[in-house]
Amino acid sequence: MFDACGDYLYLAKITVTTRKSILDPQGKAVHHALASLGMEGIVDVRIGKFIEMKIDTKTTHSAEEITREACKKLLANPVMEDFAFSVEEV
Amino acid sequence: MPNMKFGVVVFPGSNCDHDAYDVLKRCFGQETRFLWHKDSSLGGVDVVILPGGFSYGDYLRCGAIARFSPIMKEVAAFAGRGGVVMGICNGFQILCEAGLLPGAFLRNERLNFVCDFVNLRVENAATRFTGACEKGDVLRIPIAHGEGNYYADDRTLETLENNGQILFRYCEADGSITASSNPNGSRSNIAGILNGAGNVMGLMPHPERASDPMLRNTDGGKIFRSVIESLVMKEQITDLSIS
Repeated sequence: MFDACGDYLYLAKITVTTRKSILDPQGKAVHHALASLGMEGIVDVRIGKFIEMKIDTKTTHSAEEITREACKKLLANPVMEDFAFSVEEV
Repeated sequence: MPNMKFGVVVFPGSNCDHDAYDVLKRCFGQETRFLWHKDSSLGGVDVVILPGGFSYGDYLRCGAIARFSPIMKEVAAFAGRGGVVMGICNGFQILCEAGLLPGAFLRNERLNFVCDFVNLRVENAATRFTGACEKGDVLRIPIAHGEGNYYADDRTLETLENNGQILFRYCEADGSITASSNPNGSRSNIAGILNGAGNVMGLMPHPERASDPMLRNTDGGKIFRSVIESLVMKEQITDLSIS
């Protein structure tokens, strides 16, 4: 979508997860619950956060840079979390 | 008891601010004031307390949003100049998020909110926060948190251990460190730590809830007394050097 300022609107989809090396107690509890429902074949469950951000900027590259900065500064804690994201024009 | 100036920071969602204020002012007779999270000055206090609670609703992560409050810029600068800062529970989480203390917090291992008395072993009594204790003392102080599971990587833990920065560990009544005395899954049973420079401390338990003699448990008061006495000693030493 092209707006009056000449910028595009981008949608960033971000996932933040507890680092693999760290035990995720929530995931473990949900894993147990799934097993008690009789569901088979699930070997691991990990729970994270899903965040969407709408960004008004000129290029996909700059939308990615803004998203990366937001993740590093606030959305993920680098001590214990990893993040991944995708950016698409909307 | 000599008089020091304490500032208790109030964030939206703080709920132990009045407890800390009351203990310092009424039980210890210290000049104490509240500092609003939007303030841009610490008003000349000697000690900053970041109290317990659920600042900003604990949204995103505990302490993650509070650390960007205007007052935290002043707190960081104050800590950088050697100012004494103490974070209790949510205050400890804020200090970690702000990078003023190492590590981070995960959900309690057993996922439940724990509100109970715990035993804490004093690991290092040669600090300004523990000077009124003996090494190995067992303090009985309450905890109340859902995300007190302290995490730091192996290298950080080793540094904390080697520098004597681990101040309190969850323990049994006899002081032994066991898995069953660990209420939240914290690595190495850690309940409270100190920064490298020795002026910033965080602990998950609530010493302000175990300080008033009326409550018949003043174990937590030893921590506040340590801070007050250390500051007075420092002042006396400064006076001597002037004369």
